[in-house]
Amino acid sequence: MIDILAPLKFKPSRNYSLTGPERQRAFDDGLANAEWYQTHVDRKLLKELMKRKDGPALRDTAIWLGLLVLTGMGGIYFWGSWWALPFFVAYGILYGTSSDSRWHESLHGTPFKTDWMNNALYQLSSFMQIWNPVIWRWSHMRHHTDTTIVGRDPEIGTMRPPQMILMALNIIGLTSVPRNLLILIRHALGRFTSDERDFTPKSELSKAAQVARVHIAIHAAVVVSCFYWGTILPAMLIGLPRAYGVWFLLVIGLPQHAGLAEDVLDHRLNSRTILLPLPIRFIYWNMNYHVEHHMFPMVPYHALPRLHEAIKQDCPEAKGLWATWGQLLPVMIRQIRDHKYYIHQELPPGAGAPKLGPRAAH
Amino acid sequence: MPWIVAVSADDIEPEDVIRWDHGGQTYALYRTLDDTYFCTDGLCTHEQVHLADGLLQGHLIECSKHNGRFDIRDGAPKRPPVCEALKTYPVRLAGGQVLIDLPEYPG
Repeated sequence: MIDILAPLKFKPSRNYSLTGPERQRAFDDGLANAEWYQTHVDRKLLKELMKRKDGPALRDTAIWLGLLVLTGMGGIYFWGSWWALPFFVAYGILYGTSSDSRWHESLHGTPFKTDWMNNALYQLSSFMQIWNPVIWRWSHMRHHTDTTIVGRDPEIGTMRPPQMILMALNIIGLTSVPRNLLILIRHALGRFTSDERDFTPKSELSKAAQVARVHIAIHAAVVVSCFYWGTILPAMLIGLPRAYGVWFLLVIGLPQHAGLAEDVLDHRLNSRTILLPLPIRFIYWNMNYHVEHHMFPMVPYHALPRLHEAIKQDCPEAKGLWATWGQLLPVMIRQIRDHKYYIHQELPPGAGAPKLGPRAAH
Repeated sequence: MPWIVAVSADDIEPEDVIRWDHGGQTYALYRTLDDTYFCTDGLCTHEQVHLADGLLQGHLIECSKHNGRFDIRDGAPKRPPVCEALKTYPVRLAGGQVLIDLPEYPG
């Protein structure tokens, strides 16, 4: 009998759990908490690039929130007619896609010099992402310590074989939004998985449960208001944009690590920088400079283009969005059958030798 | 306890940090904008990253790997993911040299 749900049942080629056998192997092979390759950057220049300012992020956050208000108001005004559609398309991208990069940057504490602004943006954008701000902070710290090290990194987004059907469903958040909500509910009940307990200090779990309860209460209030007013409009403004606006995040964000090497100690080999025009870089807060970000997480988003110029002679040649997907999509399709296949990033002549881990052959 | 001559005062730029290895240990030496010097253990208490690669802002040193922050005056953790305080050591200047008081210096 044919199992029609088979494509939805994820069977990873390796054990990506943080508490399974790959974890111990990562330690045994010297891949956990390891020293990573870093391109040399003159200390004076690096200090200049790392310098914190409030100005750029205040300006960009004001524009971002202003656009959210304007497009949201447009959507409300034209609600019930097709004229509302372009407003909600824009609102969805600003909410469901842009909040990811705002979450990410503010987590690192780099966009603003004044730290309470980083923390405020972090709380807001975590809510918009339907992510627990406590758990995701620790998850992302681990992602930076052990980027794409199997058994250690909780944020490997494209485990092999790539789950193409699930990814397609997620274009409108059909999998991620219900999953994120269920995770929040689980956290609100004080339940955490073994993976979450692996990267989150025990002392943080009660905070994670408390914040999950607050987030769930807000989402519940939105649902109640929908029933009260007899319209889905409140949810179109809060919550659902994470679903209908996340598609653009997949387009620009999935290439960060997809199709590249696992178990190497060199961000040039497991991360990808792509070149994007300014409006998209505004939406994504320059996270397209992903090799640069991983190598130097202290550099704020607004200085990443300068960092890119400073180290590009040591990194794989960055491509545009179309060229990146032109290379990536066939590789992901091939990985469905050939789980060990991946893109070997080519380093330019004169670049530092790649730092391959002992399991690079996988 | 002996005061150890670590580096020349000019070896550290204003509002900067350098690494100083001594007696099998690694330390971070800081110079603030008002030319006050400080010394702490050299590795972040979170994941053993050299703080000398980080960014000094005022009295806060930020780790280059995970952006955790410590107050260099007392080693107190100021931003997650760091939770554990950093060990600090007394510092004084003499004849243009930075001297550190290392209590467990083996001699």
